[in-house]
Amino acid sequence: MASGIKDKVAILGMGCSKFGERWDAGPEDLMVEAYLEAMQDAGIEPTQLDAAWFSTHIDEVGVGKGGTPMSLALRLPNIAVTRVENFCAGGSEAFRGAVYAVASGAADIAIALGVEKLKDTGYGGLPTGQAGTLIPQTAPNGSAPGNFAQLASAYRAKHGVSKEDLKRAIAHVSVKSHANGAKNPKAHLQKAVTEEQVLNAPMIAEPLGLFDCCGVSDGAAAAIVTTPEIARAMGKKNLVTVKAMQLSVSNGWESQYNGWDGSYFHTARIAASKAYREAGIERPREQISMMEVHDCFSVTELVTMEDLHISAEGQGWKDVMNGFFDADGGIPCQIDGGLKCFGHPIGASGLRMLYEMYLQLQGRAGERQLANPVFGMTHNLGGSPSTNVCSVAIVGQEGA
Amino acid sequence: MVGIAAWGAYVPRLRLSRKAAASANSWVAPNLMGKAKGERAMANWDEDALTMAVEAGRDALGPGDDRSHIDGLWFASTTAPFADRLNAGIVSAALTLDRRAAAADVTGSQRCGLTALAQALNAVKAGAAKTGLVVAGDHRRARAASPQELDNGDGAAAFVVSNDNPVAELLGHGVHTADFVDHFRGADADFDYQWEERWIRDEGIVKLVPLAVKDALTEAGVEAGAVTHFCFPSVFGGMATTLAKRLGIPAEAVRDNLAGVMGESGCAHGPVMLAHALEEAKAGDVILVAQFGQGAEAFVFKVTEAIADARPARGVSGSLADRKEETNYLKFLFFNDLVEWDRGMRAEKDNKTALTTLYRNEDQILGLVGGKCRETGVVQYPRTRISVSPNNPTVDTQDPYPFAERKASVLTYSADFLTYSMSPPNHYGTIVFEGGGRIFMDITDVEQGDVDTGLPVKMVFRLKEVDEKRGFRRYFWKAAPDRSAQSSTAAIAAE
Repeated sequence: MASGIKDKVAILGMGCSKFGERWDAGPEDLMVEAYLEAMQDAGIEPTQLDAAWFSTHIDEVGVGKGGTPMSLALRLPNIAVTRVENFCAGGSEAFRGAVYAVASGAADIAIALGVEKLKDTGYGGLPTGQAGTLIPQTAPNGSAPGNFAQLASAYRAKHGVSKEDLKRAIAHVSVKSHANGAKNPKAHLQKAVTEEQVLNAPMIAEPLGLFDCCGVSDGAAAAIVTTPEIARAMGKKNLVTVKAMQLSVSNGWESQYNGWDGSYFHTARIAASKAYREAGIERPREQISMMEVHDCFSVTELVTMEDLHISAEGQGWKDVMNGFFDADGGIPCQIDGGLKCFGHPIGASGLRMLYEMYLQLQGRAGERQLANPVFGMTHNLGGSPSTNVCSVAIVGQEGA
Repeated sequence: MVGIAAWGAYVPRLRLSRKAAASANSWVAPNLMGKAKGERAMANWDEDALTMAVEAGRDALGPGDDRSHIDGLWFASTTAPFADRLNAGIVSAALTLDRRAAAADVTGSQRCGLTALAQALNAVKAGAAKTGLVVAGDHRRARAASPQELDNGDGAAAFVVSNDNPVAELLGHGVHTADFVDHFRGADADFDYQWEERWIRDEGIVKLVPLAVKDALTEAGVEAGAVTHFCFPSVFGGMATTLAKRLGIPAEAVRDNLAGVMGESGCAHGPVMLAHALEEAKAGDVILVAQFGQGAEAFVFKVTEAIADARPARGVSGSLADRKEETNYLKFLFFNDLVEWDRGMRAEKDNKTALTTLYRNEDQILGLVGGKCRETGVVQYPRTRISVSPNNPTVDTQDPYPFAERKASVLTYSADFLTYSMSPPNHYGTIVFEGGGRIFMDITDVEQGDVDTGLPVKMVFRLKEVDEKRGFRRYFWKAAPDRSAQSSTAAIAAE
């Protein structure tokens, strides 16, 4: 059994651009914005970077393929830059690459950066694309909300929840995130909304209305990691270390075998269990201080609470309604507004989640600051409910 | 003796109200109000001559037929989707026919449905084929506010032709070819060009059709007075009755041309009327079917005792019973590409089809064939080298396993307003099959509120995408509500 990543790597610095409809900024500008903040936070020079991992998803409206866009934009000193792409979980993948490089001893200091420039398409929502040459010949001409809305139909059928009750529960998910996003100056959407507004919004993909869908945003985020020893030698205190870094990927069991009922994420359950084991967490509902989960759609967040073993199966919607995930609840969730309101520049989102956990653990989250967080968990998903990649990471106070 | 061993039909579920269409156009064509009665069959946006023909073929063969006995296929249409690509080849792949079966497109005239039937009957009679399958479908476009728009209807019919225990024996065949151009459509034209009705009727139909009919009756050795079913499609009122009178066919033998309930389905309409007659025929009946088109073609059949248990699951009667009135004439215009509408930027997605990929996966895509592991019995779609079975991922153990005729139900779904669709909201979801297997696929022939988890569905062969840039059409299977299913039969197999 592998010894795991726990406490082998510390976060030296992080940065995150303002997210939103950044008509003023190209992807290179967004990268620079996140990079400069992270470098200043880390207190290092570019020559101290040993290696880089670069996450971006959509080539057509972004920066194109390869590691060169990051190296060119940031004028990196000819170091290795690995471009990673794993649907919407690419940001976490870039972080995993950097963390593993440091843990292996191959790099003393590594940087992970994710960026996405989505608002150069000319229309709302995510750009459409083809997945190879075979899948488009059979798969429905769907959309991200349509794919994730499938969860709602299956969840209702499995747990006997009425359409109205589920619609109200997922509305609460969004109301909570909007309330949190209103306190975040970097968030794309900074306005609180009422349950009534959410319930009466135009339908996007049944049963998901406009407010059940996350922001389609431009943005970038970055993390610089090193070993705890190097961080301490550089004078850093109150280190935030990586406790777990897990990724689980679908193999067709959900989409082609006969066992999955469509109401949950098989991969998330596996990744979460492995992450708790790696971090030494036995009672997540008591031990996890806060979470940033992949709330691309309200219903995704709701079922994820069960997949992360925080809510009992079939009870997630009740925990949501009872405010367990609100800012003043048992486990505050999406305290920065989440994908819903901070926004979802695809390749950057995993790193944006970690950015909030890092700020909270360092006591630097301003108006959003929670009292004494110990463990922060991020859940970063890519793909669709039946075929996806799911990353679960846990960071926390060194020694916790 | 050679004859028809089985038949099937397909009429699309949507029926455009002629009153709705005529009223919408009465400001410019007030004369159309005279035709504002009844309804015409209207293909969904994802249906064309070929998809309808496939559905009729499935109906004729039945769900339990392994299709290995079909060794000849004829596809008749004047509106086949491809000018140079064997349309019958697509039908053959969709029906998972043996690749050694002959396949041909028959086209060029409104009578080509019956021409295809003649070719199949001749091939079987001559021993060149053992069992032939004839499918005829037409989806004719007409200009907005034209009489043809109201007269036409979309539909298809199919026949299995064999020497083995036919339900209707061929007694006689007659054909007459003349370059009588009642209408035409040039190779590059979108629409027909019509000549004057009175000339077509008096100089064409009344003079030419009897020539073919008389030859058929003579070959059959049957008197006109012995005909019990006379099938003759024409959009001109009373035309079949006029012919019957001239030929000595009893007036009561003249069959309803279904103009009021579906319209005239082009080259498929003679076959549709013949199929409809078979559904109402009894042993000993004599059926005369003829169709006009650059002359005429006619057949005389005698119904046998085998008719008693030969009725297809749907047929013409079943198709006509499964109907939904459409009063939105604009929808008809959109579906038939008769208006330039704002599809939005999402419709700009390039749908170029990799022909290499299509051929490599022909049975998966066109035949909806998956795999079944011969060691574990696990059924899956698509077929893959390594089995999806989590406990025993065997390698190279899968045999082809067709899904198209299996009962299925909806496991998950959504109605998507965001994605581009010709008929929003686009419904799609995970469909689970009795006996195992599941496919994430489009759901068609539904409106908002029709779909829920557990809904019984059947597979239908449809257009998936039209690549307008290159003139290519992608076909695949979709789920449609199985409205004949009595109860919700969730088909979730245990893990």
